[in-house]
Amino acid sequence: MKFVINVLSSSTAPSTRRALHFSQAVLAAGHEIVRVFFYQEGVLTASNNLVVAQDQQDIAQQWQAFIAEHQLDAVVCIAAALRRGVLDQAEAQRFGREAVNLAEGYQLSGLGQLHDGLQQADRLISFGGE
Amino acid sequence: MVKSVLLISRQAPWAGVGAAEALDVALAAGAFDLPLSILFMDDGVLQLLAQQQPQRLEQKDLSANLQALPMFGIEQLYVAQQCLIQRGLADSPLALTADRLDDAQIQQLIRQYDYVVTL
Repeated sequence: MKFVINVLSSSTAPSTRRALHFSQAVLAAGHEIVRVFFYQEGVLTASNNLVVAQDQQDIAQQWQAFIAEHQLDAVVCIAAALRRGVLDQAEAQRFGREAVNLAEGYQLSGLGQLHDGLQQADRLISFGGE
Repeated sequence: MVKSVLLISRQAPWAGVGAAEALDVALAAGAFDLPLSILFMDDGVLQLLAQQQPQRLEQKDLSANLQALPMFGIEQLYVAQQCLIQRGLADSPLALTADRLDDAQIQQLIRQYDYVVTL
């Protein structure tokens, strides 16, 4: 079965950790993840500027490693990312910002990528709230 | 076959960017000619109220974007009647035409779509 995973809360929310564990289980069970889409506060997971205390789980780092390991299509909504300060090289240049903080493995794109993923998939599983 | 989306919009219009971001999901579907309907639920029903004054909150008028929905091909709007009643708005004029659904009708509605996106 083909899944789209929708991450809506920041990396400190338990739901974003559950999204990661669910996604790992999806692949472990032999299913496919068409796309992971980060929207609303979920875009903050794609920042490489997060610093987590040593005795706490770094869920954003775990997401990034999981995406890299399985070469997942990880799309971050560009409008939601810009208004929350997550920029890639092109957007930082366009808006004259010094910091580029979109982590490697993610790409900024539009909401059309969510809908495009849905058209390819069988299931959408969204993780938001707490 | 094209898959359909029911967007459930639950955020109040002036409680942050959530309601506007939900609306953007609908407009994006419309831009790609994909079938999407919106159900306003919980505090999301407040988005439909007529004669709001967002400028007093130094906010942009979200209802202008809502009015644009038909131009994007999003014509079917629903609102949870129970959520209007709970907020004392059962008889309040709405800025947009939306079918009022009771809980049983909402259950039926959800079954009609391939996906449900709740924001």
